[in-house]
Amino acid sequence: MPLITYRDALNQALREELRRDPNVFLMGEEVGVYQGAYKVSKGLLQEFGERRIVDTPITEEGFTGVGIGAAMVGLRPVIEMMTWNFSLLAMDQIINGAAKMLYMSGGQFHIPIVVRGPGGAAHQLAAQHSQSIESWYAHVPGLKVVAPSTPYDAKGLLKSAIRDDDPVIFFEGETLYGSKGEVPAEDYTIPIGVADIKREGTDVTLVAWSKMVSVAMKAAETLAAEGISCEIVDPRSLRPFDDEPILASVRKTNRCVIVEEGWPYAGLGAQIAYQIQQTAFSDLDAPVTRVTGADVPMPYARNLEHMAMPSPARVVAAVREVLYLD
Amino acid sequence: MATATTPDHISRQLADTPKATLLDMLYKMLLGRRFEEKCAEMYALQKIGGFCHLYIGQEAVAIGALSVLRPDDAILTSYRDHVHAIVKGCDPGRVMAELFGRRDGISKGKGGSMHLFDRKVGMFGGHAIVGGHIPLATGVAFASKYQQKDQVTVCFLGEAAVNIGAFHESLNMAALWKLPCIYIVENNRYGMGTSIERASAIYDVAARACAYDMASETVDGMDVLAVRDCIGRAVDRGRREHAPSLIEARCYRFMGHSMSDPVHGHYRTKEEVEEQKQQDPIKAYFGRLLAAGLIDQAGLEQLDREAREVVERAIQFAEASPEPSADDLYADVYSEPYGPFRRSEH
Amino acid sequence: MASRVVMPKLSDTMEEGRILRWIKKEGDPVETGQALAEVETDKATVEMEAYTNGIVRKLVAAEGQFVKVGEQIAVIGTADEDISGLLPAPADPAPVAAAAPRELPAVPADLAAAGRHLKASPLAMRMAAESGVDLKGLRGTGPQGRIIKRDIESALATDAPQAPSGGSAVAPQRSRSLATVTARDAAPESQDIELSPVRRTIAKRLVQSKGPIPHFYLTIDVAMDRVWEAYKALGEQKSSISINDVVIRATALALRQHPDINASFAGDHVTQFARVHIGMAVALDDGLITPVLRDADLKPLEEISAEARTLAERARARQLQPSEYSGATFSISNLGMMGIEEFSAIINPPEAAILAVGAVRQVPVAVDGQVMVGYRMKATLSVDHRVADGASGARFLQTLKRFLEQPLLMA
Repeated sequence: MPLITYRDALNQALREELRRDPNVFLMGEEVGVYQGAYKVSKGLLQEFGERRIVDTPITEEGFTGVGIGAAMVGLRPVIEMMTWNFSLLAMDQIINGAAKMLYMSGGQFHIPIVVRGPGGAAHQLAAQHSQSIESWYAHVPGLKVVAPSTPYDAKGLLKSAIRDDDPVIFFEGETLYGSKGEVPAEDYTIPIGVADIKREGTDVTLVAWSKMVSVAMKAAETLAAEGISCEIVDPRSLRPFDDEPILASVRKTNRCVIVEEGWPYAGLGAQIAYQIQQTAFSDLDAPVTRVTGADVPMPYARNLEHMAMPSPARVVAAVREVLYLD
Repeated sequence: MATATTPDHISRQLADTPKATLLDMLYKMLLGRRFEEKCAEMYALQKIGGFCHLYIGQEAVAIGALSVLRPDDAILTSYRDHVHAIVKGCDPGRVMAELFGRRDGISKGKGGSMHLFDRKVGMFGGHAIVGGHIPLATGVAFASKYQQKDQVTVCFLGEAAVNIGAFHESLNMAALWKLPCIYIVENNRYGMGTSIERASAIYDVAARACAYDMASETVDGMDVLAVRDCIGRAVDRGRREHAPSLIEARCYRFMGHSMSDPVHGHYRTKEEVEEQKQQDPIKAYFGRLLAAGLIDQAGLEQLDREAREVVERAIQFAEASPEPSADDLYADVYSEPYGPFRRSEH
Repeated sequence: MASRVVMPKLSDTMEEGRILRWIKKEGDPVETGQALAEVETDKATVEMEAYTNGIVRKLVAAEGQFVKVGEQIAVIGTADEDISGLLPAPADPAPVAAAAPRELPAVPADLAAAGRHLKASPLAMRMAAESGVDLKGLRGTGPQGRIIKRDIESALATDAPQAPSGGSAVAPQRSRSLATVTARDAAPESQDIELSPVRRTIAKRLVQSKGPIPHFYLTIDVAMDRVWEAYKALGEQKSSISINDVVIRATALALRQHPDINASFAGDHVTQFARVHIGMAVALDDGLITPVLRDADLKPLEEISAEARTLAERARARQLQPSEYSGATFSISNLGMMGIEEFSAIINPPEAAILAVGAVRQVPVAVDGQVMVGYRMKATLSVDHRVADGASGARFLQTLKRFLEQPLLMA
């Protein structure tokens, strides 16, 4: 099976959907002539032309709204946020426009839009360029939120997102773009709302998505050397959220550690922990624990940034805690 | 670039427009007026809840502009949307039912006064965030051009909305990409309680078009024929050249910003309001048609009676419509049902 | 056709309006759209308009009057038609009924009926229930003595009979108390008293005011002169009986006489405990734990003193088993040794009361019109108002005071 990068997986997904459906178009800053700020849209302008690969001025609110308006009449825009940090400018359009349009209109106007881009921290990009805000969007009824961690998941989920009739908020990762994984050559999609077991285990359930999956994996390897077997569940979709595999896993392991990059207070991990204790209360041998980003704006200094992010060491410590070791 | 409407244009409108169309425009203005008056009464009787923004005094803009549009042209407007909805083709009974929050409402009771939608007639809402709909209208125009259709999109907005970022972003893209969008600024001089002099560094709204090298025009928004003439040209520009336009229609609202706002005494003097009421656009238009021998007093009264009857029937329809059920609460959040979410029937 | 004019809704948040001025008076003609009155709303002063044509026949509301939105303010009709049917009925002279107390969700019965304060993970509790392992006998190896999965597993693995390990590790001098304890073991643990309607209402209403347990506080000043004398005398004989030991015994005896304080709120009834187990608050470095002195009312002072000392030592050494810090029916917290004069403590659920004891102080006192020096100690009782009222608490304190001021009554 071909081994390709996360970036190329997204590029393939875009290319295939642009070919498949003439209503699909890509819009955003630097997506065309520049070949994409992160090269996700490389080569697309050459194949599809200016009508379908649209470079915009720096106008997040404006071009997101243009995408939503176009979606109101049945086009399928893919709006690229250069990073999700800039989406704050477009939040009124996404939330008051896209998320609520079907409801407010009594079912008349679907908004089949995808807003995609990299989220979370990279390396020393400091406070305004390092936010993990998937919980803000997952909070809103009317939106779907997806955060793939591997090239295989990225391609399959982006295709599903483009074909979905509702607004899909698609979180990639700057440090994920170069990661490699096996991706089948033939056409496939992954349904939105289905989680994936990235690693099977028996002693503890780790829940992680996006960049945190690799953090959890490294922790799992360290723990395996000590004889502790970790199960890693990657929800992939943050809304709708597939909690069944997590609950089944907790029934087996009796303990859960959630690994998330976002801030702890009122984050997604809090929601997941609530769901677990709500349904699998009598299967829990320890409280559900989270390893999250620090409750601070992201600092610039390298050592501080390292302290502010979840790491395999912190995950290992959390696992030992819920296993009551030392 | 902008051609101002002159008295010649207006007499040409009178001469060239079919009599039926001219009389229909008068009827629609009366219908809009009587509908809004009834809304005031219904709000005071608590049949309509929440916010209720009335269009009384501004009828010439909506009726004049919509008279030159096709059914497949889309319009978007702000929350002051009742008359736009009815004149674009929404059933008055279903609009009133929506205001009453009933299931037969045009948005199934889920939108309310500020979110009137009817896809079939091109009424694309009804939006409550000031200026939030301007990018949406630009996007609808984008789609028309993308699909190589010759529809135009009309975006109605208030003069206070021209100061919000989304206005600037939208007009820039519309001019940059040559989108068939007509931005009609209904300048009624007040953004809620703040006069335009206190909110805008530049009084002349249409002049802002120079920032985007966009066609623009200022028109008397109390004169329905002037509006029809002006928008007719803007629509032509949009269809043939895909050029957007910024139109400033100077008008006045006779009621407060909303039903929570006094008519006068707060930020407008009683004298100012009374003086503006002397220039009632319906009276002015009737005067023109009377002078041109196209209608008489009895004819006016007949049209008014019809309008009132339609409004009465709309009230009855709304009263008879049931409230949404508990099932409707979770309907139409997503396109496909899952979990508690379901779809309503259409 | 005459019609009623009602106070219109003139703003989205308006609930009532005040008629500032009638613009039209009775007898005036009025047309649709004409101003009828100046009305002050929550947001502004507005002119309200008439919605019909006619003559203003009657003004029902006066200038300056507040009228709720939708209520009648006038009648408009033709000059001579009969409007008697449209006038409002005279005000109902019956007094407005008191608003019914808000229905509050009942406290789940199993919370209060838990009685025993066990720390165990949900999984451990389920495993114990399924396998018949008795949690009360287990020593938890989790944090703060939490019983966790491996504790249940090792209990099942050793297959030892799970009799509850001895209530305390102290070898008790159970001379005369043993028989009574054994007899008590056979008797019912407690008696359930149904809530009277008055008590039910009090229970519902007071939950609103102070968290889950509605506390009230009663303070009493006790003359500790005789106890102090005895304490000093015993001290010279190298006895280690402390003031607190005496307080424990006095409290236990008083509780026996006032079972309504030795109780627990259980949602829809009150549980009165048949035995007296006193929890003594022991300060740790990082918190507080309350080891339990069982059947404190049956134990002589020496026994209480020895047991209290041992429990406190074990508490500070973190060696207490769950059975040793659960099951209290009443608690005492004593900050006298830290110089605190007076304080109020928070009740440990599911108990219904706690006694906060301050320092014994030498103070000037008035006796028979003369000022002298006396030894006084303040004790503050916190009571769960759902279980008992001020008078009950006061009676208990009076009994306690009597025991402390006349120590021979405790012999």
